[in-house]
Amino acid sequence: MDHLSDVDLESYEIQNPDGYEGGLGGLTRRQFLKYCTAVAATLGLSALMGIRIAEAATATTRPPVIWLSAQECTGCTESLLRAYHPTLEALILDMISLDYHEALCSGAGHQAEAYKAKSMKDNWGKFVLVVDGSIPTKDDGIYCMVAGKTILEAVKEAAEGAAAIIGIGSCASWGGIPSSNPNPTHAKPVHEVLPGKTVINIPGCPPNPYNFLSTILYLLTFGKPPALDGKNRPKFAYGRLIHENCERRPHFDAGRFALEFGDYGHRQGFCLYKIGCKGPETHANCPAIGFGDVGQGNWPVGIGHPCFGCTEQGVGFTKPIHALAEVQTYAPPTAFPAVNAPKGERVSPAAAAVVAGVAGLAVGAGAMALRHMDGGSDSSADRHDNDR
Amino acid sequence: MTAITHQPLGRKVVTKPFLVLGLFVLIAAYFILRRFLFGMGDVSNMSNGYPIGTWVVLDVVIGTAFGCGGFAIALLVYIFNRNVYHPLMRPALLGGVFGYTLGGLAVMIDLGRYWNAFNLLLPWYGQPNSVIFEVALCVMAYITVLWLEFWPVFLERMPPAFKQRFGLDKLQAFLKRYMYVLVAVGVLLPTMHQSSLGSVLLIMGSKLSPLWYTTWLPLLYLTSALAMGYGVVMLEATLVNRAFKTPSEVALFAKLSRVAAGLLIGYLALRWGDLVDRGYLELAFAGDWDGNLFLTETALFLVPIIVLLSRRRASQRWQFVGAVCLLAAGSLYRLDSYLMAVRPGNGWTYFPSAPELMITIGIVCLEIMLYLLFIKTLPVLSGNVAESRGRPS
Repeated sequence: MDHLSDVDLESYEIQNPDGYEGGLGGLTRRQFLKYCTAVAATLGLSALMGIRIAEAATATTRPPVIWLSAQECTGCTESLLRAYHPTLEALILDMISLDYHEALCSGAGHQAEAYKAKSMKDNWGKFVLVVDGSIPTKDDGIYCMVAGKTILEAVKEAAEGAAAIIGIGSCASWGGIPSSNPNPTHAKPVHEVLPGKTVINIPGCPPNPYNFLSTILYLLTFGKPPALDGKNRPKFAYGRLIHENCERRPHFDAGRFALEFGDYGHRQGFCLYKIGCKGPETHANCPAIGFGDVGQGNWPVGIGHPCFGCTEQGVGFTKPIHALAEVQTYAPPTAFPAVNAPKGERVSPAAAAVVAGVAGLAVGAGAMALRHMDGGSDSSADRHDNDR
Repeated sequence: MTAITHQPLGRKVVTKPFLVLGLFVLIAAYFILRRFLFGMGDVSNMSNGYPIGTWVVLDVVIGTAFGCGGFAIALLVYIFNRNVYHPLMRPALLGGVFGYTLGGLAVMIDLGRYWNAFNLLLPWYGQPNSVIFEVALCVMAYITVLWLEFWPVFLERMPPAFKQRFGLDKLQAFLKRYMYVLVAVGVLLPTMHQSSLGSVLLIMGSKLSPLWYTTWLPLLYLTSALAMGYGVVMLEATLVNRAFKTPSEVALFAKLSRVAAGLLIGYLALRWGDLVDRGYLELAFAGDWDGNLFLTETALFLVPIIVLLSRRRASQRWQFVGAVCLLAAGSLYRLDSYLMAVRPGNGWTYFPSAPELMITIGIVCLEIMLYLLFIKTLPVLSGNVAESRGRPS
């Protein structure tokens, strides 16, 4: 299919950015509908929903999004920049109106802050608030300030007028690296500083961009968050353990493990549980959708590194990388079968003797029985020969 | 149509062959005890590559095919209303009773977690799409039906006073009145599970050579099981006739052999026709292990067809040869498709261990012992056995 990179940007003319043609962002109508249907499939919705998603995504009034960055590394944004279906620019230029994002907005300084204030005022109660990074709370949150305001304040203020709040990344979802011991800034996840508000958490370090994009499109289409689990993570993405869909799972069940990096088992692609893979206690869809749009198998475990549990509070950045995971499905036995288990037995002399004995007995008995039978001449009379 | 009378043979039960058979049963009992004390690996060579070993293949798949005598004769007598074969019914039924009951016993030995077996009977654990689940339920039901069908034999043997005291005469009348229900179920159930024993192999996929793997497996298993049922009735009756000098039933078998031969022709035609249709004919003549096994099977199937259709079928000797070849052919077909032609890949090999074989042999010996015990003490064999009695063997 034609890719955006094939378009000569110098001569490409966007007709009306807010009209239908502009809304497609350089895609043909067919490409765009295909993309929306694929998103519907990611969300586990019917293909018809793709049409509704397309309608929502090309609506003339693009829903405004305010993106606040707290104690973060911009990894979440970086990973979003590497999404290709759609690209982030297709999202922020055509589907949503990203009114404020410190790393991406073209304005700077007072101009950017003023635009944010204007947008929030104009769209009070309608905009989507996205927060990446954890919120420092020690000393009234002075460890993270933007435009003279603590991020704690900014988040609380924006949350009041937000239609929906998304915490993207592990830091915003459960604290992430900044909240690890000794947690010098008393960093907290977004939902802990916004008691009473529903915060959709998209954990991951970085999170898979498509989990975020799918959640955004769900919100646009249905006007409500997707089904969430107990930790407010969308169930379509975080409903199952990595262990359940891992391509190395058969090795776990068969007891075939890599014991150190580069050993025989590691080179053979065996299970990484014994070198600290946290897949058995981490909920995410990484094995199902992979990372980086370069094909199946491209995710940490797929390329030979144990999962470190970034989407799971109390696992990522908390447990040592090479500590054993607590298997939540069922614990493996203490002793596993050996990797080079014998593949069955060959014939033993005793067994051969038994088989030969039975065969000999059968032939002998059959022959004896035959010898005493009358052949063909007599079929009704019962001959009384003294056989035994 | 005169009523058929049945009488016990009334010979001495504990004879020398009986004791020899008993010895093998004791050896098997020792290894079965070891299997339950120390686990399957102690006595068996079964592995992850070959989870189905001789216990299932010989005692269940082949054993229940041998137990199809009752099914095959009941089909003729009750469904096609050929009453001339009625005298064969009870001995055939008895063979079925032991073939199936001891097949069930073998499964209990073979099940790794046998203590969970009762879960099969709990409907909320049932998996109705599973072939093996159907086989398990069906075989359990059929064992029950077989014993119920056989129950009148016990009742006939009991003294009338005893029966009256415990109301068993009423049970006898009840069973006699509703026997047709049992007979109908007793024909239905083996039709279901003998074909399903073939369906089980459908999941083998490429592990099984195309010479055996076909979507017709269920029908091939059913027809060959029926033919084996007739074969086993002929074999049993011939051996009993030789050993105990009972009246010969050769004339009756001459008729029966046409039915068996017809089934076998149908079986071979389907098997070869399907092979040609799927385009794998050259595999049969490849000269390798699989091809030669296939040709051996065909040769063994052809012997009974030729014998039973020629004038030789009136000879007891040729009937015996035909029945033995038929049973050998059916058994080899089952052994090949379940074990000898199965390649699980990855270097797996399997040959049964001596203890494993001894358990199978012991179960077969127990079957023969019980058969002898029953025909000697219970009214199983029909007709005028009293005439030929008088000379203890």
